[in-house]
Amino acid sequence: MNDTARERILSRLDAAGLAKERPGAVESPAPETWRREEKIRRLQSQMEAMRTEVHVVEADRWIDRLKAIVRKREWKEIVCGAGSVIATELQSAWEGGGDGLPKQVFYEERIESFKEYLFTVDAGVTSTVGAVADTGAVILWPTPAEPRTLSLVPPVHIALVDADQIFVSLDEAMQAQGWKDRMPANALLISGPSKTADIEFTLVFGVHGPKEMIVLIKT
Amino acid sequence: METAPSFDFKKNIEKALSDAQLRKNLRSAMDILVAKRKTVFPDADMLERLRTKGNALKRNALIQLPRLLERLEANCTKNGIQVHWAETAPEANGIVLEILRRHDAAEVVKGKSMVSEEMHLNHFLAENGIDALETDLGEFIIQLNHETPSHIIVPAIHKNRDEVARIFCEKIPDTPYTENVEALTAIARKTLRARFARAKAGISGVNMAVAETGTLVLVENEGNGRMCTTVPEVHIAVMGIEKVVERLSDVPPLLRLLTGSATGQVITTYVNMITSPRKPGEKDGPKEVHLVLLDNGRSRILADPAFRETLLCIRCGTCLNHCPVYVRIGGHAYGHVYPGPIGKLLTPMMEGLSRAGELPAASSLCGACEAVCPVKIPIASLLRRLRHENVRENPNSVVEGSGVGKNLAETLVWKGWVLANLQPALNRLGVKGVSWMGDRLPRIGPLKEWTSVRTAPRFAGKTLHERIKEDEIVKSRNWDGKVKSSRCKARKF
Amino acid sequence: MAKTPSRSMKVYFFGTCLVDSIFPEAGVAAIRLLKREGVEVVFPKAQSCCGQPAFNAGFFDEARTVAKKQLRLFSGPYPIVVPSGSCAGMMKHHYPTLFSKTPELQDARRFSHRVYELSEFLVRVLDIRLKDQGPPMKVTWHSSCHALREMGVIEDSKSLIRQLQDVTLVELEREAECCGFGGTFAIKQPAVSAAMVKDKIEDIARTGASTVLSGDCGCLLNINGALAYQKTPVAGVHLAQFLWERTRGNRAFL
Repeated sequence: MNDTARERILSRLDAAGLAKERPGAVESPAPETWRREEKIRRLQSQMEAMRTEVHVVEADRWIDRLKAIVRKREWKEIVCGAGSVIATELQSAWEGGGDGLPKQVFYEERIESFKEYLFTVDAGVTSTVGAVADTGAVILWPTPAEPRTLSLVPPVHIALVDADQIFVSLDEAMQAQGWKDRMPANALLISGPSKTADIEFTLVFGVHGPKEMIVLIKT
Repeated sequence: METAPSFDFKKNIEKALSDAQLRKNLRSAMDILVAKRKTVFPDADMLERLRTKGNALKRNALIQLPRLLERLEANCTKNGIQVHWAETAPEANGIVLEILRRHDAAEVVKGKSMVSEEMHLNHFLAENGIDALETDLGEFIIQLNHETPSHIIVPAIHKNRDEVARIFCEKIPDTPYTENVEALTAIARKTLRARFARAKAGISGVNMAVAETGTLVLVENEGNGRMCTTVPEVHIAVMGIEKVVERLSDVPPLLRLLTGSATGQVITTYVNMITSPRKPGEKDGPKEVHLVLLDNGRSRILADPAFRETLLCIRCGTCLNHCPVYVRIGGHAYGHVYPGPIGKLLTPMMEGLSRAGELPAASSLCGACEAVCPVKIPIASLLRRLRHENVRENPNSVVEGSGVGKNLAETLVWKGWVLANLQPALNRLGVKGVSWMGDRLPRIGPLKEWTSVRTAPRFAGKTLHERIKEDEIVKSRNWDGKVKSSRCKARKF
Repeated sequence: MAKTPSRSMKVYFFGTCLVDSIFPEAGVAAIRLLKREGVEVVFPKAQSCCGQPAFNAGFFDEARTVAKKQLRLFSGPYPIVVPSGSCAGMMKHHYPTLFSKTPELQDARRFSHRVYELSEFLVRVLDIRLKDQGPPMKVTWHSSCHALREMGVIEDSKSLIRQLQDVTLVELEREAECCGFGGTFAIKQPAVSAAMVKDKIEDIARTGASTVLSGDCGCLLNINGALAYQKTPVAGVHLAQFLWERTRGNRAFL
């Protein structure tokens, strides 16, 4: 039954005379080239305009900055990907909580059993595979270690960006990282906390995705 | 085809025009969207180049549509996405139902999808005992109020905050009345969160599907789309067949055009690119992903080289935002799934001229829509073509109901118009006659409507032809005083 | 200084059906403006309509029949100057489509290439210089849709108004919004059309101008009708007529 629909649709399309048209030339404008500092600056300003809290830190000081952030918030628990690079780095630096630091929890189980917990934790921390400066977004390629819901369910999402992995544009990122041959189950661009303007165009942050987003750019 | 509710266009329009609150809401909303779009595309030349590129990319995809759909299916299947084909909306509904039944999904969460509106999917599922909850805030609001979307992008834009407050208070249990927009949003978040957590299936639309990689691209701001496509164990994506693009590299420019035109954003909060269900070792993501490809008349429309261009549409809604008719009557007046300029094209094409033949005439052909269309659909020309189909029987027409609008009165008017314009004597006689009658012209037919808000046109006592001849305007002196030889070129043909 | 061509330039003038029957003085004024620049104006007799009303109503064959006549009347190699953005747009942009797949296609294409809207011709070809000879006044401008979007001549039109020293141009809040005429649209969708023209004249009234100018008689017909009905004390005048009246001074008719 399904094949019939498929065959009928395709044969109608084949008979539609589409091939008579010649494809048009598609021009691409010359891409922008920005230096690293410019890329960092643009990423920060674009994301801040979308209510993201952006910190630029030296690469080896990111954990200290994270500690300062979480202490101020008085969170109880934050979650990160089990077996991820972040998890390993944080584990040694966190000393099992205390000292005003939230308890570190690892996303070890599958969502079916972890769901309930995920919906109550204070924040989720993820790495990124890069960022896009012209539109202001971080790129996430969720993995077994860092599942997708880590950046979706907790009310705060903290993302770590390597300054050397900031691209000018999505197009550049796709090409430089060879996306078309290795698409993950779910690639994501995230440009800030969730928002809506559906009621009288009044902008409200924190709808179904995270209410807050914090980005640490490691230089 | 499901019977649409009875459509009295004239009555709808009158109702909308007399609703001062609606008109106020619409005017301020459209002004905001128009301004946002201008801000996000500050460079006119760059925008023009981007539009040209968008048009070319989409045209190239349409030209190769059958092969791209095959490639999309092959790549999706290779990655574990199950692809289904549906010729009609009922078929598509049946496919969705079968998947949901297999998973005992009595409750599903739904992201915004205009194709699912074409399918009347929610209604169909409800009839079959399945509760499909809209999770986009605007859709959630109107679903609570048993309404349909009035705009492609901002479905509840015709509502202001006190109306939303009333709807929430009345329809959501244990909800106080509040007009505070943050509080209203928090209520929606809380209500929907429980559903996201327990729904067995999520349904979404697709903004574009990449044939090269078998990837579904979805854009959104709220996070509900990701919730629907990530948390439940089944994700069903529904898509019109014209949404496929060839390459991954086609995505960035089309995204820019879409988000810029739809909401005036350089990028939405989330761009979600789905290529497979949960992979081995992954801890979340749906175990099954289904893609339902819906035809619903699109393959028929594609056979006409002119009407084909309607399918370039990326559903940004900006034509609505710039339309002087839409801003005055709102989306519901159009009586069908798609309102505005694109709706005046799609509805007659998909549902036929017998049902929707009035729509193409509901335009002054001002062209504001096509001036901003991100993929350069020649909307005014296509409306004209539909008008032509409406008054001329054409057995080869791809649109149902060609010639249904043909009527003796109008045919005679235009035949008379031809005669008057070919015979100068007749023309002059006509003009003289009308101008002699002056204010005594009977207020019947077209003149009746015209004179309800305007004074009747006054025909000049002498035509331009007569003035020129009388005053010898083209046979006269130059301004420097030299007399030119007679150059009166009154030719006779 | 106006560009005085070394040899007398010859142009056709296509009056348009609305000018012919309802606004002939606009046509007279336009011709006088052209002649004053040293241009020889040819007005083929028996010209009538560009065909747009039938074309927009979907009656393509009827439109073609009438358009064909204009092709023949204006067949010489001269520019065709048109005091209307919508008629110029019809002839320039839609004639090739209207005549596609007919033996007249080549003629139609050649014809289209010679079409100029009046403001465009005065500014870009003649580089006209206007000397304002009237008293100070305030005017506003309505951008007709086809003059704006099909012919792209609005800046030309407004630049002509701005040349007049004692005329203050106050812009409408929604200058580019359609006035609601749309030919048969006003007849087929009278309620929406009425709402559109009502908003337009309220916008006009808010400018405090005594006069609203436009390059298109369809719009003027619509706007003037509504202004008169509402007894709003603003007059709608065709740009050509306005420019001629402001600059002719005491000179007798040429």
